[in-house]
Amino acid sequence: MKLVYFAWVRERIGRNEEELELPGNLSTVGDLVEWLKGRGPEYAFALEEPRAIRIAVDKVHAGAETSLSGVREVALFPPMTGG
Amino acid sequence: MASIDIRVQAEDFDIGVETKKVRAIDGDAGAIVTFSGICRDEGGRLGALELEHYPGMAEIEIGRIAADAAVRWPLSAITIIHRYGRMMPGDNIVLVVTASAHRQAAFEAASFLMDFMKTRAPFWKKEVLSDKSQPSRWVSARHEDDHAERRWRR
Repeated sequence: MKLVYFAWVRERIGRNEEELELPGNLSTVGDLVEWLKGRGPEYAFALEEPRAIRIAVDKVHAGAETSLSGVREVALFPPMTGG
Repeated sequence: MASIDIRVQAEDFDIGVETKKVRAIDGDAGAIVTFSGICRDEGGRLGALELEHYPGMAEIEIGRIAADAAVRWPLSAITIIHRYGRMMPGDNIVLVVTASAHRQAAFEAASFLMDFMKTRAPFWKKEVLSDKSQPSRWVSARHEDDHAERRWRR
């Protein structure tokens, strides 16, 4: 699955995007975020405050309960500040 | 149904040109509202803004917001341009143009579009300070923007 990161989530993790093989027991986006936090201190730092993280699944806003089934791309980023 | 034109680009835009385009689409528009969002210098504190965006999703999400507006108000045209990259104080960041037969729909729709762009369009601002000894920092989302968005919910 393709993971993409933006703004300070990107800076803390230290990469823009990556292709990851996910373990089979992850069913929701929330599971994915929890799993990522265990991948290293940079991930734990970026994702330490789950309420500060926004999620998009295949370029559509999503929540922690969103299923990962059939998903190609998950994006993690802070609350948006455009306009 | 409104004619919708969405652009996400690094280049600047020209408000006059964009207004003319809308007038060419709806020659009988009684009201055209334009909103421009401009980079401030915040009393000399701010040197520049770096605008990051999510390519692909930015266009999709702005398109979704515009389609919502087109359902809620009788608009003949909507233009939205959102820039990304480095902005200097005084630079244009965002443009919204709405056209309708009457002013109320055009005003309200422009306000709605901006409120949702602030909270739903995947853009992030980083402040580069004039004082070069200070590190750049990400702008925090404002609670006021969430409240502004919520007033449109029904």
